[in-house]
Amino acid sequence: MRKIRGLKRQLLAGPYLVWIAAFTLLPLMVILYYAFTTTSGHPTLLNVTSIFASVHFKSLLLSLELAFLCTAACLLLSYPLALALSSLKTKRQGFIVFIFILPMWMNFMLRILAWKMLLSNNGVINMVLEAVGLPALDVMNTPFAVVFCMIYDFLPFMALPIYNSMSRIDKGILEAAQDLGAGRATTFFRIILPLTAPGAVSGTIMVFVPALTSFAISDLLGGGKVLLIGNVIEQAFIQEYNWNLGSGLSLVLMVFVIASMALMNSRGDEGGVGIC
Amino acid sequence: MLKKLYKLYLVLIFLFLYLPIGVLIVLSFNDSKSKVQWGGFTLKWYGSLFSSESILEAFWMTIFISLGSALIATVIGTLAALGADAMKKRGQAFLIGAANIPLLNADIVTGISLMLLFVRFTRLGMNTVLLAHITFNIPYVILNVMPKLKQESRTTYEAALDLGATPLYAFFKITWPQILPGVLSGFLMAMTMSLDDFSVTYFTKGAGVNTLSTMIYTEMRKGIRPEMYALSTLLFLIALTLLLIMNFGPSAKEKEKS
Amino acid sequence: MSKRLIDLQHITKSFDGQTVLDDLSLYIRENEFLTLLGPSGCGKTTTLRIIGGFERPDAGRVVFDGQDITDLAPNERQLNTVFQKYALFPHMTIAENIAFGLKIKKKSKAYIEDKIKYALKLVNLDGFEKRGVDSLSGGQQQRIAIARAIVNEPKVLLLDEPLGALDLKLRQDMQYELIRLKNELGITFVYVTHDQEEALTMSDTVVVMNQGYIQQIGTPQDIYNEPTNAFVADFIGESNIIDGIMQRDRLVRILGVDFPCVDEGFGSNVPVDVVIRPEDVELVAPEDGMISGDVTSLVFKGVHWEMEVLAHGYEWLVQATQMRPVGSHVGIRVDPFNIQIMNKPESNDEKAVETDA
Repeated sequence: MRKIRGLKRQLLAGPYLVWIAAFTLLPLMVILYYAFTTTSGHPTLLNVTSIFASVHFKSLLLSLELAFLCTAACLLLSYPLALALSSLKTKRQGFIVFIFILPMWMNFMLRILAWKMLLSNNGVINMVLEAVGLPALDVMNTPFAVVFCMIYDFLPFMALPIYNSMSRIDKGILEAAQDLGAGRATTFFRIILPLTAPGAVSGTIMVFVPALTSFAISDLLGGGKVLLIGNVIEQAFIQEYNWNLGSGLSLVLMVFVIASMALMNSRGDEGGVGIC
Repeated sequence: MLKKLYKLYLVLIFLFLYLPIGVLIVLSFNDSKSKVQWGGFTLKWYGSLFSSESILEAFWMTIFISLGSALIATVIGTLAALGADAMKKRGQAFLIGAANIPLLNADIVTGISLMLLFVRFTRLGMNTVLLAHITFNIPYVILNVMPKLKQESRTTYEAALDLGATPLYAFFKITWPQILPGVLSGFLMAMTMSLDDFSVTYFTKGAGVNTLSTMIYTEMRKGIRPEMYALSTLLFLIALTLLLIMNFGPSAKEKEKS
Repeated sequence: MSKRLIDLQHITKSFDGQTVLDDLSLYIRENEFLTLLGPSGCGKTTTLRIIGGFERPDAGRVVFDGQDITDLAPNERQLNTVFQKYALFPHMTIAENIAFGLKIKKKSKAYIEDKIKYALKLVNLDGFEKRGVDSLSGGQQQRIAIARAIVNEPKVLLLDEPLGALDLKLRQDMQYELIRLKNELGITFVYVTHDQEEALTMSDTVVVMNQGYIQQIGTPQDIYNEPTNAFVADFIGESNIIDGIMQRDRLVRILGVDFPCVDEGFGSNVPVDVVIRPEDVELVAPEDGMISGDVTSLVFKGVHWEMEVLAHGYEWLVQATQMRPVGSHVGIRVDPFNIQIMNKPESNDEKAVETDA
C-alpha cells in the first residue's frame, strides 16, 4: 500500500521528466549533431577543431583572459565588502545587504546601458574628468571597458555567496581564534578564508561562466573591436548562418564551462546559488 | 579605525553600484538630448515612452512571457519537487542533476541548442520564447521548493495520516501550507530570471518579436534614445518592488526562521 | 593568602542603553577556582568577556598581574577561554585545533607535537589527533576545547558555561574532571554558570550575581549556610523566606509566633527576612511544635521526602526522611541556629534583588 502511494507520488515528476527530455537533453543532442556534421550532413570534426583557427583561438584566449580578470577583480572586491557587511550591526545588516543586491535585479541590458553612457567618449565620466582638468579617458571600445562592465554586472553574484558563507560563521569561532592569539590577519587567512571557500567557489562559478560566455557586453561596449568567443559563436549563427560551425564552437565552450565547474566543484558546494 | 575603513569601502562600492543607475534616472528627467547637459526638468521622455508602439509592445511581451513562463514553471516545478521527494536517492539525484543543466550551462549555449531544436519543428516566435523561458525557469522553482519539503513536512504529513486524514486532505492541510513560501519565492525568482534574460530570448525569438532586453539591445546598437532612460527608471522601480516583496514580504519571514 | 591575579575595578558596562554591570569590583586570587553564579542576564558572562577582552568596559579598569590590560585585545592577553558552544574550528583536525595557538607563537614542531600529546592525554582523548571535529560527541568537543586552551599555558582559564550543553550524567562526570584538571595544572579558573550545584561542587570561591550587582562573595559553605540576602538564599538551594519582626536580640516573631534565634544587633521591632532551609524544618507532634499546620503535599525525592505544610497562612517547604501523609496535622520546630535573619532590602544593589523576586 505504502509502496503504491509512493509510486503514485513519484509520477508527479512525470511532466518535468518529459520536459527535460524534450527541452534539455534533446537540444543538446541536436547541438551535438550539428557540431559533428557539415552543412550537407556529412560527419566531420572540422567544426570543433576550427577552434584552433587563429581568429577563433585568439578570441577564446581573450575570453579566458577577461573572464579571469573579471573573476579575480570580483573576488578581491567581494571579500572586503563581505567583511564590511558582516561588521555591521545585525539590525541594519538585512537592509544594507538588500541595497547591495538590488542592482543585481535590474535588467542586465540596462546595466550595460548605464555603463555605456558613463564610459562613452562624450559621457559623464569624461565630463567630470575634464571639469577637474584631467585628460579624458578613451576606454570605449576597448577590453578595459568590457571587463569594467562585466565586473559591474557580476559583482553581486560573487559578493552574495561569500557574504552568506561569512555570516554563517559562528562568532564564537572568531573569538576563539583571537583568544588563542590570532591577530586580524591570521584570523582572516586561517579561519575566515577557509570557511568561506565554498561561497567563493560558487561565486567564482557564477561570475566566471557568464563572463567567459558573454557576447552582449563585448558587442555593445567593444564596438566590434573586442571579439570574444561568444561573439564568434553569435556571428556564426546570426550573420553567417553557419550553424554547424556555431554548434562546434558552442560545444568547445561548453567543455570549458564544464571543466571550470568541475575544477571548482571539486572543493565547493552548491549552497551559494540562492538569492538571499 | 577599521570600522571607518569598512564604512568608507561600503560607500565606495555603493557609489560604484548606484552611480550608473542614478545617472540614468537623472537623465530620464532631462529636457535635453545631451548626456552631459541639464536642460531642465521634463516628463516628456516618459510621454514618448508610453506612445512608442514598439516599446509598449516589447513591454507587454516581457510581462506576458515572464508571468506566463513563471506560472507554468511553478506548476511543473512544484509537481516535480513533490515527485522527487517520493523518489529514492538515485532518482532524486538524476532529477536535480538535470535541473542543474540549464542553471549552470552558459546562456548562449542553452539559447542556441533550443533554437536549433525549435527551427526543426516550428517557426521562431512568442511561443518558442515562452517554451525556452519555462525550460530555464523550472529549476529555480525546484530549488526553492525542495528544501521546504525536506524539513519537517514528511513527519507532520505522516502525523496527519495517523490522525485519520486522507492523503489528499493531509496534503492540502499540512504539506501545502509548508511548501507555499518556497513555491512563492520560486515563482518570483523565475519571474525575475525571465525578466532579466537576454541571451536565451535573443536566439529563440525570431524576427519581429521583442522583449525589453532584446529591444534595448537593438536600440543600443543604433544609439541611445532618451526614452531608454525613462524605461530604465521604471524597470528599476519594478525590480525594487519585486525585491522588496521577496525580502520583506510574507515568505521572507519564513526564511528568517530557517 | 596568595596574591591577587586579576583585579576588576569599578567596571560599568551597558548595551544599547541597558546597564548590564554597574560599578562592579572584584578580585581573583592566583590558583583560585572562582565561579560567577547567577540567573541569565545577571552580567556574569559579560564579566567574563570583559576579563577575556571580548568586551570593553564603558568605565573601570581590568588589572592583570599588576598590569592594566583594559585596552589589550584578546590575542594580547595571557589568558584563554573555553567557549560555551566549544567554538572548535570546523575545517581543522583535532591536532590542528590544538596546535592553533602554538603555531601563532611560532613554537617548534617537536614542541607542538609533544604538547598535543600531553593535552589529549590530560583530557583522556589520546589518539584523537587526526579526527575531524564533526566526528566528536558534545562531551568530547568540550574536552578538545579545554585542551586547545590549556596548551598555551595560560595563567587563567576562563570557562563560559562549558557544561551547559551536556546531559546530566556527563555534566557530573565533567565536574570532577575539571577539578582534577585544575589541580594538575595549578592555574586559576574563572567559571561562569547558572547551575548552583556546579558552583558549589567545584569552586573555592563563589560570586553570586544578580542584575549586574554582586550579591555575595564567599566559599560554597558560606554561601549556602549564611546567605546575606533573600536573593542568595532563594537562588542557592531552596528556602523558606518568611517576613518576620525582630522582637529583640535573639528573638524573632514569625507568623505571629516568637521563635528563639541566635542573631543580635538588629534592634527591636524591626521588620526582617527570615530564611529557613527546608531540611532544617523538623516535623513533630502537633503539641510539641512551635506552631502547627496541615501537610498539603508529599513527594518522594529519593534521599528524602519533600512536603508542604500549611501553617499560619504560610506554605512551609519541608525536607525530611520520615514522611507524613497528606492531611495529617503536624507541629513545626526549628533549631535557633538554623534561623537566618536578614535585613529587608535597603541599599541599591539589594533593591535589584527585590525587583527580580
